Order: sequence, then C-alpha cells, then structure tokens
Amino acid sequence: MELLAFGKTGWGDELFYATLMTIAVSVTAMLIGFLFALIFTPLKLSKYKSLNLIGNFYTTVIRGVPELLVIYLFFFGGSGAIMFVASMFGYYEYIEINAFITGSFAIGIISGAYSTEVFRGAIQSIDKGQFEAAKVLGVKKHIKFYKIILPQMLRLAIPNLSNVWQITLKDTSLISVTGLVEIMRQSYIAAGSTRDPLFFYSFAAVLYLLLTFISMKLINRLEIKYSRGF
Amino acid sequence: MNIFKKTIISVLASLFITTSVYADKIKIGTEGAYPPWNSKDASGKLIGFEVELAWTLCRYIGKQCEIVEQDWDGMIPALLMRKFDAIMAGMSITDERLKTINFSQGYADEVAQLAVMKGSDLEGMDTPSGINLSIGGSSVKKALKTIEGALAGKTVCVQTATIHQNFLDSGDVGSVNVRTYKTQDEVNLDLAAGRCDVALAAAVAFTDYADKSGKPVVLVGPTFSGGAFGNGVGVGIRKGGSGAIGERDAQLLKDFNMAINKARKNGDISRIATKWFGFDASM
Amino acid sequence: MDLELMINSFPKLLNATVVTLKLLSLSLLFGLFIGLLFAIMRMNNNFIINKFAYGYSYLFRGTPLLVQIFIIYFGFGQIEFIRSSFLWVVLKEPYWCAIIAFALNTGAYTSEILRSAFQTIKKGYVEAGKSLGISSKIIFYKIQIPIAIRQSLPAYGNEIILMLKGTSLASTVTLMDLTGVAKYIISTTFKPIEVFIVAGSIYLFMTFLIHNFIKFLERKYNY
Repeated sequence: MELLAFGKTGWGDELFYATLMTIAVSVTAMLIGFLFALIFTPLKLSKYKSLNLIGNFYTTVIRGVPELLVIYLFFFGGSGAIMFVASMFGYYEYIEINAFITGSFAIGIISGAYSTEVFRGAIQSIDKGQFEAAKVLGVKKHIKFYKIILPQMLRLAIPNLSNVWQITLKDTSLISVTGLVEIMRQSYIAAGSTRDPLFFYSFAAVLYLLLTFISMKLINRLEIKYSRGF
Repeated sequence: MNIFKKTIISVLASLFITTSVYADKIKIGTEGAYPPWNSKDASGKLIGFEVELAWTLCRYIGKQCEIVEQDWDGMIPALLMRKFDAIMAGMSITDERLKTINFSQGYADEVAQLAVMKGSDLEGMDTPSGINLSIGGSSVKKALKTIEGALAGKTVCVQTATIHQNFLDSGDVGSVNVRTYKTQDEVNLDLAAGRCDVALAAAVAFTDYADKSGKPVVLVGPTFSGGAFGNGVGVGIRKGGSGAIGERDAQLLKDFNMAINKARKNGDISRIATKWFGFDASM
Repeated sequence: MDLELMINSFPKLLNATVVTLKLLSLSLLFGLFIGLLFAIMRMNNNFIINKFAYGYSYLFRGTPLLVQIFIIYFGFGQIEFIRSSFLWVVLKEPYWCAIIAFALNTGAYTSEILRSAFQTIKKGYVEAGKSLGISSKIIFYKIQIPIAIRQSLPAYGNEIILMLKGTSLASTVTLMDLTGVAKYIISTTFKPIEVFIVAGSIYLFMTFLIHNFIKFLERKYNY
C-alpha cells in the first residue's frame, strides 16, 4: 500500500491523474470518432460507387491494421501531413500538435471506423417503410432525419456503441509512444522505477475493470432511457 | 477537492491549447527510463544526470527549455518529425546515427559492459579490463574471440536501437542470440528473472539497478569503447536543412557546443556527473 | 518516401509474418478450446461454475490485452514461487507467454460468441431430435454444435481478425513478429512511416484473406 501513497513517496496521486487522463482521452477520442463516422457513414451509404469506395477504404484499412501501427503512423506522420497541407496554403512554419490531441486523434481514427460500421448497420436496419411513409406524408428532409431517423438510429446503435466505447477505452493503453501519461504509461513508469511490475500492472488491470464497469452501468441507463416508448 | 479542481483545469488547458508556432523555447527529448542518466521519480518528475545537465546548458544558452518524454525506440524519428529540437538521452555519437542526425561535442563518456547474475559461468572471464574497438590490434581481437566463445548459446539482452545492440549485431563477436527490449528497466528485470543469461548496457545502468534492487548483478568482461560504441554521449540535433527552420537547427548546434564548453570549463559537468554516477564521467 | 527502403524491407517483413501466423494459429487453437469450455460452463446451472466463467470472461474482456501480456510476462516473472516451479519452463519463454496471454484473451471472447450461438439455437431443433429418440449427447454434438458453429462464424471471423491485430503486441515482450521486425528495421533506418506502411499492408492483406475465407465458409455451410 505504500506504493500507492499520495504525495512524493508513492504513486497513488500519479495513478489517479493517469486515470483521469485515460478518461479524458477516451471521451475525446470517442467524440472525434463520431465526427469521422458523421463523414464516412453517409459515404458508405451513398448511391455513388466512388464515395462508397472512400468510405469502405477507411473502415477496411483502419480495422484491418493493428492499432499499434495506426497510432505509430499517426504519431510520426500526422504533423508531417498537416504541415504538407499547410504548405499548400503557403504556410511553411512548423506546426505542433500537442500530445493530447495526437493521442486522441490516433485513437479517434480507430474508434471512428468502428462507429461508422455501427451507424451504417443501424440506419440500414431501420424499416424502409418509414422512409416511404415520411415521403408520402411530405415530411421535410431535415425533419425526417432529426425526428424520425436519428432517434431510431440512436436506439439501435447504443448497444453496439457501448462495444466501441470499450474498444476505445482499451486502445488508449497503446498510446505510450505519444508520451501521454495515461494509466498504462504511468504503470509502466512506476513498474520500472519500483521494479514491481506485478503489482502495478495488476493495479492497472483493476483500474481498467473499474472504468469498464462504471461506464457499462451508465450506458445501460442510457439504453433504458432511449428505448422508452418502443 | 482542490486536487480535483486543479487537475481538471490543467487537463482542460493541456487539451486544447496548442502552440502552433515555434516559440523561442528549446524542447529537449529524453527517455526517462535510463537511470542514472535520466529517469522519473515517484512524483512523476524527470530526474537524472542529463535532466540536470540540460537545465544547466539551457542557462548558458540563455533560452527557456522544456524537457519532453519520448520512448527510446522513437527518439530519433521524433526528433526528425520535430516533436522536439534536441535529444539528451544517453545517446552515443556513432557513425550510423551521424548519417541521419547531427551531434554536439560529447559531454559524457558511456562505459559499456556485460553483466550477469552472480554464479554465472561467465564470471571471471579472462579479458583485458578495457578494449577500444577503434584501435584494434591483436589483444582486442583476442578479447573479442574470448567474448564470442563466452556468449555462444547464451541469450544476450539489450535495449533496442542502442549501440549495444549494434555491437552484438555487427558480427564482431560472431552470431549472437540477441533479445531486444523497449527499456533498460525491462532488460534488468529479465536479467534478474533469469530470462537473460547476459546483458549489455552502460555499466552504470547495471550498478544503479544492483544498488537499488539489491539483486546480485555482476559486471563481467572488458569495458567497451570505440567502433560501434561511438565517441561519447552528445546532444542529438537535426541536420540543418534549408530555410529558416534549417538555420535554427544549425544555430542550435552551435549554441549547445558553446554551452557544453562553458559548463565543462566551470566544472558543472564534472559536478553533476559525480552527483549521479558516483564518479566523473564528463568528457 | 524512401521507396528503396520499402522494397528492401519487404522480404524481411514477409519472413517475420511467419512468426505472426504461428502466434495467431496457436493462440486461436488454444483459445477455441478455452472458449468452448467456458461457454459450456456459462450454460451450467451451478451458480459457482456459472459465475466463475462469467468472471473470467469479464476480466479478460474488460482489460487491455497489453496489460494482460505484461502481467503474464513481466509480472509473473517476478514471483519467486513461479520461477522455481515447473511453470517457469513455459513462462521463461516470451513466445509462450505471448501465446498464453493471447489464448486466454481470445478464449474469453470466443466463449461469449459460442454461448450466444448456443442460446439462439431454436428449442425446436433440440425437441425434434428428442422426439426422434436421439440421445441428448448426440443432439449436442451432431445438432447443437454444428449449428452453433454456423451461427458464430461471422462473429468468430471478426475475432480472428482482432486476434491477428492483437499479435502485434508480441513485439512488446521481445518477440520478432511482423511488428517486432518492423520496429527493428526502424531502429537502424529511423524511417517509421515507410516501414510501417509496408508492415500495415501485409497485415491488411492477411485481414483480407481471413475475411474472404470466412465468407467462403459461411456460404458453404449455409443450410
């Protein structure tokens, strides 16, 4: 227990901050993932083959390559790519992206590929009749989307999104290359410094279990809320 | 809930504030897992010989500094990708690395040596106390032959992308069964656990581990220098390219060389080295 | 982009792919046994057996694979008791540590896949079998298991791909798999992007093959 003391002697406070960091990265990555899904889901569902191709390329590549590689590629290539884009606009200075953004984006890209698949599946499983009914009733396009499709899609998507959340949460353990001190990196540092890997990695496992347990409870509540009236 | 508030604020601040332009601040990358060169203490602060030296050098240069943590295996790629401007991470100046990056003059000498657990049959290996691979000669050749024989069939552990790995891969001691680790901490753990028969690293990395863990780690064979082991530890800096960014890198190299000269003359390097290594490893 | 490096590193990476495939196939093989065992335990009416199987699956699905490997490799390696026992013969080797971690991990997911497959089998099949006077053992092996396999093919195909990606973590315990060799090449060339693109393409190609193989099986067993 001395190892977990707060303050200068133990690793308790460091691990506490690291847990907050894991939560912060996971949530941000999940949101970034939603943004990606917002772009790529319509592409995958589009009538146009070329747009399908772009959407499929994203989800296939990201879900087919180990997370570690995606993170490394984003970490080493991300700022280079942004600088390349900036140079086309005549900006040649170095653009720095901080570790938090880098880490969240790296995980967000992965998370987004899974979210895209979930949204695509959810939209496709909405009864076709509903679209037609809306059309017949002359409901405006954006009202149709916000009032009819979106609520149903969310209800269908929540159980699968909770899987995406779990994947996202666990993937944050791989971003140590970015130098961001989340649970895994902090445990790694503590294990190295105290030479007690068994204790710190087991403790990390407990922290992750706690996070998955609590988030599952919260998601269940959400699920109950959204399935009301069905 | 003061801690809580503070954390939330600092986390939020670090989230979205990105400095997009190169500030007049030198960012120095270090590993934080290679004691006593650089490591982290229980409050999460970076400490060690190079961390203290970095602050000293920055004072001489007269610029603000920030020390950045970076995993060792991504150290040089991260420098090239401009995650930071200089490396101070126990990195030896070698020909191989000089193809890709520049180095300042050396500031410290890294003495590499093999280590085993007490009771290993490698103890009492009959070699000179030190060999310099750049000088060569019959005595060096003989020592390498002895080491080749001793390492045959053994699992030799090193940290990845180090001079130690380069040496074992070079063929100087035959074909060795090398196992590479992400950090020296892991090498130490597996040496003590018995997964490694022998390990190769800076001698101080082993003595530091033996001191702190109380494990019977013993140094064997000669100390190595020259050749694959390079010419001391220096500050790694990008090769100056063209344009304003390139000029800054070239200037940074000059600044660090100047600062190392001053620190050496004033006895700072010796003092800091003695504090962390127990002896004067300055160059 | 250093095309020459990409071309030169390709054969080395292809060699390392053999290690990755070995890790994958052994982990899947052991994982399938573990998964089947725990799926059956989950359907047991005994509270303790049931909860034990649930706990196992929860533990391994609720924590990152990286943590699991580190506990098994670095953690268990610190326990004197394990080091002096017969277990050390296996746990001493990074190769077996990785396979144990992978197998336990995929076993947890596989048990969930199989369990839900067993549970969705229509009661009617079992009752039809019973009414024909077929013994419950034969019903289980000849009716329930084949249907469960067919039912779980798509989900299990996904699991194979997840495991393939998971094997990349073997490189964190010193193994020279595809990712390990990629990192090794980077350690001397300092060009991560080129090397990781080649390695990533090889992974992608394997994913593609697995995906299509599962699709093929699905069509074949579509009755």
